[in-house]
Amino acid sequence: MSGSASWSFTEEDFNAITQALQKFLFDSNARCALLVDRTGQLVATVGEQLSFDPTAFATLTAADFSANDQLARMVGETDFNSLFHQGEKESMYLADVARRVILVTLFDNRTTLGLVRLKMKETVADLTKLFHEVFSRGAPGKAQQGGVLAGAEDEIDKLFG
Amino acid sequence: MSMINYASREINCKLVYYGSGLGGKTTNLEHVYGKTKPDTRGKLISLATETERTLFFDFLPVDLGTIRGFKTRFHLYTVPGQVYYNASRKLILKGVDGIVFVADSQVERMEANQEAMQNLYDNMAEYGYDLTKMPFVLQYNKRDLPNAAPVADLQAALNPGWEVTDPAKQRVAPDPWHAGENLVYQLETGEWIERAPYFEAVAVTGDGVFETLRAISKLVLKTLS
Repeated sequence: MSGSASWSFTEEDFNAITQALQKFLFDSNARCALLVDRTGQLVATVGEQLSFDPTAFATLTAADFSANDQLARMVGETDFNSLFHQGEKESMYLADVARRVILVTLFDNRTTLGLVRLKMKETVADLTKLFHEVFSRGAPGKAQQGGVLAGAEDEIDKLFG
Repeated sequence: MSMINYASREINCKLVYYGSGLGGKTTNLEHVYGKTKPDTRGKLISLATETERTLFFDFLPVDLGTIRGFKTRFHLYTVPGQVYYNASRKLILKGVDGIVFVADSQVERMEANQEAMQNLYDNMAEYGYDLTKMPFVLQYNKRDLPNAAPVADLQAALNPGWEVTDPAKQRVAPDPWHAGENLVYQLETGEWIERAPYFEAVAVTGDGVFETLRAISKLVLKTLS
């Protein structure tokens, strides 16, 4: 259980995540990849420009994954660690990363489900390692994170009256 | 669980509007959507049934301004009001940073409000969250109706407060939103009590909607300062 602790990542983390996703897109020939955290926040997006609202998309993705998690439990599984939604032209593949983040891949008929699935497995392993590092820094970094708006009380008061 | 993105200099926080069915949660979001500039908000997503009852959630992202160079982005969610959908209600609470409990002020809805409040406490406890230790406000909605219960009755039923055991916090804290009232106070028996802030509203006309949103957003950001 993640508890209510906040987590944050640095520009360095962000670059490493983006690089891993770019490599994945190159290898799999998928259109784009998004990383969404389990609470519905969009972490990163790489690849083709999206024609829809990515924030709404991220929220629905997390809800989709959460609902399926509950379904998994009902049928006696601990979770479904990946989901596949097939469309006529566009399809999406979703996979769990470190139980905290979801990797969503959008792809069309320029590639195959098999290739996407294969490359995604490697990427999930890379990202899991990366995120474990981010999260392990999370606990002691709490003081640092608390510092984001430290001393900004006045500014907060001014903004919200 | 707020998400801070140093690369894009954004702070993302999750607010959940909770409460019994037909209390006005979705109406709150619709008003915020209607009154914010399109460039500071995203789409309003509603996963609702054919009769417009919330099935899973409503969702609206809004930018409320910049603090210390960070864009503050709030993700507003509502939960389904009906107990039947408790499984999806619970999912929405995951990673929540602040809660607005929307109560229907009508006397006849008192029991439904209390049931929803109990359900909120139960669902939060299952995630290991403590409602008394996080940003939490109540909104008494539908104040314009003739059968609206007095605020004192709603406060007694839904916001009786919790005991403050930390000696550092045992001092009178005035309610910044209601002159002459206190959020932390001492009973004659000597116990210290803290209550969550409350707001009166008429969500259909927008009265009190932004006041509630500003208050909860401020409380959430203060946890990061």
